[in-house]
Amino acid sequence: MSIEVRLAWRNLWRQPKRTLLTTGAMVFSNVLLVFMISLQVGMYGLMVENGLKVFTGHLQVQAPEYIDDAKMRLVVPDAVALAGRLRELDGIAAAARGSTFALASSEDRTYGMAVMGVEPDYEADVSSLPGLIGAGRYLEAADAAEIVIGERLARNLKVGVGDELTLLGSGLDGSFAATVVTIAGLFETGIPDIDRGIGALPIEHFQEVFYMGDAAHLVVAVAPSLEAVPAAVAAVESQLPADSELVVHDWDALVPELRQSINADLGGALFMYGVLVVLVAFSVLNTQLMSVLERTREFGIVMALGLKPGRLGRLVLLEAALMGLIGVFVGALLGGLLTLYFSVNGFTYPGLEEMAAQFNLPGRLHPEVTLLSLFAGPLVVFAFTLLATAYPALRLRGLKPVEAMRAA
Amino acid sequence: MSTTFTVSAALAWRNLWRNHRRTLIMLSAVSVGSWAMIFLTALTQGMVTDMVRQGLAVLPGHAQAHHPAFRDDPNIVNLLPLADSELESRLARGDFAAWSTRINVPAFVASERETRGVTLLGIDPERERDFTFVDLETVEGRFLEAVDDSGVVIGRKLAETLETRVGKRIVVMSQSPDNEVADRGFRIVGVFRAELPSQEENYIFVGKAVVQKLLGVPDRVTEAVVFGTDFRKPQPALDRLDSLVSADGVTAQSWKDLDVYLSTTLAAMDGFVLVWVIVIFLALSFGLVNTLLMAVFERVREIGVMLALGVKPAAILLQIVLESMLLLGIGLLIGNLLAFASVQLISDGIDISMVADGMEMMGATSRLVPDLRMQDVVLANGVVLVLGFFASLSPAWRASRYEPVEAITTVQ
Repeated sequence: MSIEVRLAWRNLWRQPKRTLLTTGAMVFSNVLLVFMISLQVGMYGLMVENGLKVFTGHLQVQAPEYIDDAKMRLVVPDAVALAGRLRELDGIAAAARGSTFALASSEDRTYGMAVMGVEPDYEADVSSLPGLIGAGRYLEAADAAEIVIGERLARNLKVGVGDELTLLGSGLDGSFAATVVTIAGLFETGIPDIDRGIGALPIEHFQEVFYMGDAAHLVVAVAPSLEAVPAAVAAVESQLPADSELVVHDWDALVPELRQSINADLGGALFMYGVLVVLVAFSVLNTQLMSVLERTREFGIVMALGLKPGRLGRLVLLEAALMGLIGVFVGALLGGLLTLYFSVNGFTYPGLEEMAAQFNLPGRLHPEVTLLSLFAGPLVVFAFTLLATAYPALRLRGLKPVEAMRAA
Repeated sequence: MSTTFTVSAALAWRNLWRNHRRTLIMLSAVSVGSWAMIFLTALTQGMVTDMVRQGLAVLPGHAQAHHPAFRDDPNIVNLLPLADSELESRLARGDFAAWSTRINVPAFVASERETRGVTLLGIDPERERDFTFVDLETVEGRFLEAVDDSGVVIGRKLAETLETRVGKRIVVMSQSPDNEVADRGFRIVGVFRAELPSQEENYIFVGKAVVQKLLGVPDRVTEAVVFGTDFRKPQPALDRLDSLVSADGVTAQSWKDLDVYLSTTLAAMDGFVLVWVIVIFLALSFGLVNTLLMAVFERVREIGVMLALGVKPAAILLQIVLESMLLLGIGLLIGNLLAFASVQLISDGIDISMVADGMEMMGATSRLVPDLRMQDVVLANGVVLVLGFFASLSPAWRASRYEPVEAITTVQ
């Protein structure tokens, strides 16, 4: 160990209480930062994943204006064939989907609902909905006159599996469209809006009833991971017919509220973290300034003996750095342990469940310990520790040995 | 006692400025900390107030009365079991800030281009004016004028989707109690704007009497809505509503039961404020205790001399605690002033339309107006002063327990 490090280390423990309190402040905020950032990383990941898996997928092929206004006549021509071509791409799952509104009537009730036309064989690859069938079964044949609807909607319509529903709507050309379908199954996603307002028909029956020809409204695709989405968008774009106007939207464009609510949350969190870090920096500034001031005479003597002020400044910085390192490691360790505990047991507080449901999150959150969440916060605190020490360290430059030795 | 106090206070004040750098740094820390406590709290409260306001506008009301089955099955079958005229005369006696009765049923609208599922509201326009989420100033065309107004008013977003406009006709379809599809063409007399796009997309307004006639339910409604004076305390309004209607098998609920997301968010926010204030205090407390420890440590000899001259240990304790309270008090004062000033500065709200869709997901609009509530300010200051008092006890206690001779001979 070099003499400087040894000297700095000993200086720290000349006032053990002060050093402990200052590192205590660092450890406190570091533990908090590690836990909060881990919680957020875990939460944001889930928000995106859960928000996309029910319907949206990672990317969609649509007609150009469909994203702003989901109108019946903005179609993807020959959608099923296009979905088939996309499925041949490496790692990409895809399915065509039609979408419209219809009035659903049972024996005693009538409700408006959103109706999708889906490819029964491939829908499960791009949507979690087929896997959430609570009663009956999912759709099987692409041309069958059957439907799956949300469990709440079924309750409101007072129907069950095997009952018939009459659907009334308008076709692609604006003409009157109607069909009678048998309920094959009921799904339960836990998301009230979906469970009470949506149903799915097999795509060929959908196209026939609503006079769609071979067109649909979307081709939904899923890439192997969120990171692979940009590459997947490019790959899908290359498969579009050369003369078509179709566009590819990634999930960020499809559901901008997802990233925006993350950003809004992140903005608030960053403000809080910033305040915490600034408060720690004040604490460090106070400690280091005191420790420099009380050693004025001692510094005068070593300077008289020939030590350069620059080296003294480095010594003070080194002291702060040592303190900061203790803060980083103890903070990351304790924060990591705390986070690990909650990542296994889950973290919740009263009211979280109701609020989390709004963002498709479960009522119990499992924070994720990653290298980033473990060290991002503590390293920022460390940087601010050094920054706060710059002032006391720079003050040493103006120190005159003789005056310093005479200082009280 | 009073002289001890005056002298201790004077000493505490002077001691504070013996090392002005240290005091100034600590003051800055306390100011920044208390500013952040109050400012962030005002912003979050502002957001929550906005969310609740939007939520209440759509619900609407602080309390509502329904047929017991309506909430689970919002169908025209589940009408209130009272005649509307009877209900209205009862509500008029209820001393509410505002009230209305309405028909609220799912419906289906079709233009020649498009069809959409919406919520059809059959309203009394005169009554709804007081609380509707429709921005009455910017309605294109006109808002409804009477219960038997034959027109329909729809949102701007819905008008775009249906590719229709004021003066055009749309067909509204809904279910009658005997499950016939009741449909009728309406002329669009107004297109409204609202703060949230979802409000413009999902609601259409028709005169109450017209809907009653369309659905074949004369003098009946599905819900009664009432407003009290303070949305945070819906209980009085709920109690009055309940006493007016419960005898007839009607369920009255406050918005806290009707919208669990909103009420838990509101409750969780109070918890969040407390946690935030305590976290900031803890971050400050390390520096505070440190400062006091140093202040005591530097003055060991001086304190020894005071004790040797007969100053009571309690006076020393008082002096150190006062020093800490002065430090916190001044810091809080500056922090509070800064917070008031920053809230004032953005009292028109800050534009966060960058994340508008995200805010809408939470149920809030894209303009964040801070809501500085006195009880939060008191909470923040109270926590800092009370916990600060306890944090300074330990260094103060140590100082008052010095053995005079040992203290005087301490080498510094």
